[in-house]
Amino acid sequence: MSLNVLAVDDSRTIRDMLSLALKQAGFTPTVAEDGVDGLEVLEGMQPDVIITDINMPRLDGFGFIQAVRGQTGHTATPILVLTTESAPELKARARAAGATGWIVKPFDPEKLVRALNMVTGSGAN
Amino acid sequence: MSDNDPMAEIRASFFVECEELLEGLQDGLSAMDSGADDSETINICFRAVHSIKGGAGAFGLDQLVRFAHRYETVMDEIRGGNLSPDREAMLLFFRAADILSDIVMASRNGNDLPADDVEETLKALEALVDVEEDIEEDSVPDFQPMGLALDMDLGGAEDDGQSSFTVEFKPERELFASGNEPLHLLRSLSELGEASITCDIDEVPLLDNLDPTNAYLWWTIDLATDASEDDITETFDFVEGLCTLTVKSLMPVPELPSPDSFLADLIDHVEPETTNDAQSSEAPETVKTTDEPTKPAKVNVAPKATVRVDLERIDRLVNLVGELVINQAMLSQSVAEAGIANNTQVTTGLEEFMQLTRDIQDSVMMIRAQPVKSLLQRMSRIVREASAAIGKHVDFVTEGENTEVDKTVIERLADPLTHMIRNAVDHGLESGEDRIAAGKPREGRVTLSAAHKSGRVVIEVSDDGGGINRPKVQQIAVDKGLIPAGQELSDAEIDGLLFLPGFSTAKEVSDLSGRGVGMDVVRSAIQALGGRISIVSEPSLGTTFSISLPLTLAVLDGMVVKVAAETLVVPLGVIVETVSLQEGDVRTVSPGNHVIHIRDTFVPIVDLGSELGYREAYEDFDGCVVLLIAGEDGSRTAVVVDAIEEQRQVVIKGLQEGYGRIPGIAAATILGDGKIALILDPVDLISNASGRKANSNSSFKLAG
Repeated sequence: MSLNVLAVDDSRTIRDMLSLALKQAGFTPTVAEDGVDGLEVLEGMQPDVIITDINMPRLDGFGFIQAVRGQTGHTATPILVLTTESAPELKARARAAGATGWIVKPFDPEKLVRALNMVTGSGAN
Repeated sequence: MSDNDPMAEIRASFFVECEELLEGLQDGLSAMDSGADDSETINICFRAVHSIKGGAGAFGLDQLVRFAHRYETVMDEIRGGNLSPDREAMLLFFRAADILSDIVMASRNGNDLPADDVEETLKALEALVDVEEDIEEDSVPDFQPMGLALDMDLGGAEDDGQSSFTVEFKPERELFASGNEPLHLLRSLSELGEASITCDIDEVPLLDNLDPTNAYLWWTIDLATDASEDDITETFDFVEGLCTLTVKSLMPVPELPSPDSFLADLIDHVEPETTNDAQSSEAPETVKTTDEPTKPAKVNVAPKATVRVDLERIDRLVNLVGELVINQAMLSQSVAEAGIANNTQVTTGLEEFMQLTRDIQDSVMMIRAQPVKSLLQRMSRIVREASAAIGKHVDFVTEGENTEVDKTVIERLADPLTHMIRNAVDHGLESGEDRIAAGKPREGRVTLSAAHKSGRVVIEVSDDGGGINRPKVQQIAVDKGLIPAGQELSDAEIDGLLFLPGFSTAKEVSDLSGRGVGMDVVRSAIQALGGRISIVSEPSLGTTFSISLPLTLAVLDGMVVKVAAETLVVPLGVIVETVSLQEGDVRTVSPGNHVIHIRDTFVPIVDLGSELGYREAYEDFDGCVVLLIAGEDGSRTAVVVDAIEEQRQVVIKGLQEGYGRIPGIAAATILGDGKIALILDPVDLISNASGRKANSNSSFKLAG
């Protein structure tokens, strides 16, 4: 099952690593550099799931998630937050913005794939 | 690319990104230091450190992660408005950035920095804010990849070691707003083992009263699995707080009656209800993604594509292009010698070939060029360290950081510049007390600027200190036996003494400059790059050291001239004008000392043939050609040659390795006919020539 994944992170290293992990899992990654870029990219695609960083220039992850949730086509698109922090208040903020789940950086590719499969419901096959 | 280990490539690219981030951090800190307190500037700094931490974690660079984490934690206090850094605090932030950069370097080479150096700065930094003691302990587990509960154990029902659980799962309406989907959670759960799922629909109201965004359904799952209770709870990790979840452990059950077919039925059964109930018409959207073919995701992704290339590969390309230029010149010459007329296909083709060669050459040079910004930033660290070591307050200003210079030049400039900057801080600037006594601000200023000027790169280090103490410099030179006592020297000549080997003006050898490296070493380093260094100093106003460098180390636009049957190349950049001499143009000032009268001024003549020892000096210059050469200070000199051959681009072939530095000669080249010609450094030649002018006879012997 190939998922279309939109990955938003301002760090090129993390974007590269996400792309690599997603491709190796047979997914189709599309990357964006920050929240603003992410929203622009989103206009031209319908991702099955979105992964986003929190700390980003121009528009941070919280703002990005809120904006995505505000769009009619993406109210139920799963959004995973990629974060170095696992502080409870951060999770709560991300959830309040509309995040589906979170992955702690540095991510374990297998775990990432499992989580993606889980939130998209594609793991059962 | 596919041959390489992709992780190794990403790792390499991580360190490149680190350099960019560190650069951004420096910029941000500098902006903060000069008063910027807007949130974006602070955010840039924070994000830079944060991104380094994120990447470092991925590659298991523990020291880097730990340092970045603690640095970032303190920085976060500024972000949160709990700390407004003063000057001292800013210096700490700068020092921490320096250490961060050191750790990045060390990590790249697979090393750690000595912990003591690092710890001291961190402690000082953390003293700025109240940071809890347990930060370090906290941080480490945070960055360990966590094992995940969602074991895709599709092996399913193995009898031994299985236990049974009853899970009750009751979503709240917020669960749907978060993009979670009960169906997916139930599927994940059922992957842990064998699940029997019952949906409770008692709470579903009549259609009239149904709120489509509310949650009415809940599920009871009987699960036979070899997973633990924690694994089950972790399945619901993302929806913790968005649902009521109870997990009860039962006695181990050997077998459950209905396997896969039942489960499939059940899921089919669950799906429509979830959909209707939970999320209005949007919900099927999320569900159907499992079965639908991939939608096209071709989106124009941010274009700023860059490629990292080994410098060696570029150098090889530069060399090849150099050979191409030589080859093309030889071909042109053969065509000319074969007597092929102009405007034939061969010659026009050759001209196009020439144009292309030139374009290729320019493009290759552009690959090698990069802004000097990184170099200037490195120097700002030198200023900070130097000024801290001797307790001077220094304001460091950089200009022209976008000036592009050949990468090799940038690398080889670092050492001489470091020394010059240290000198400026240590010797150039007066002490704070002396400055105040002189009516200057206590804080001294050191300026480092880079600019393109008439085909060369000019880099200047200036200070607003007391200027060169010329009587003292001369006295030291006399004391050290470098010059005889009682000589009348011009200001420029005294300044030049600084470049003599074995000269050091420091009264006591200070921690900084007196490291056994004198300005003579700086000058030879600059000369090795085909550059020159000069000094302008005004008492009580300051001193400027000026380095002038060729734009590239590989090619040069030159004028090919003949002198006494020798072919030489003069760099075009320094030639202002060429003049054919007529009778009466030349005046004799003293024997062997001539000037020409041109544009209402008198310009001294240097006879290239005799200067280089090719022949005796001319007494009669009729019919000769002079090249008017502009010195860096604007002065002009007329260089006499026998004839001008042509103007052309030549490939520079260094002589230094084989022959060491030759005064007046910059390098050599290979001409179209395969012969070797020397490339002159006219400014150097002229400055040496003027020293020998008094006895031009001996110059013949010297040069010969």
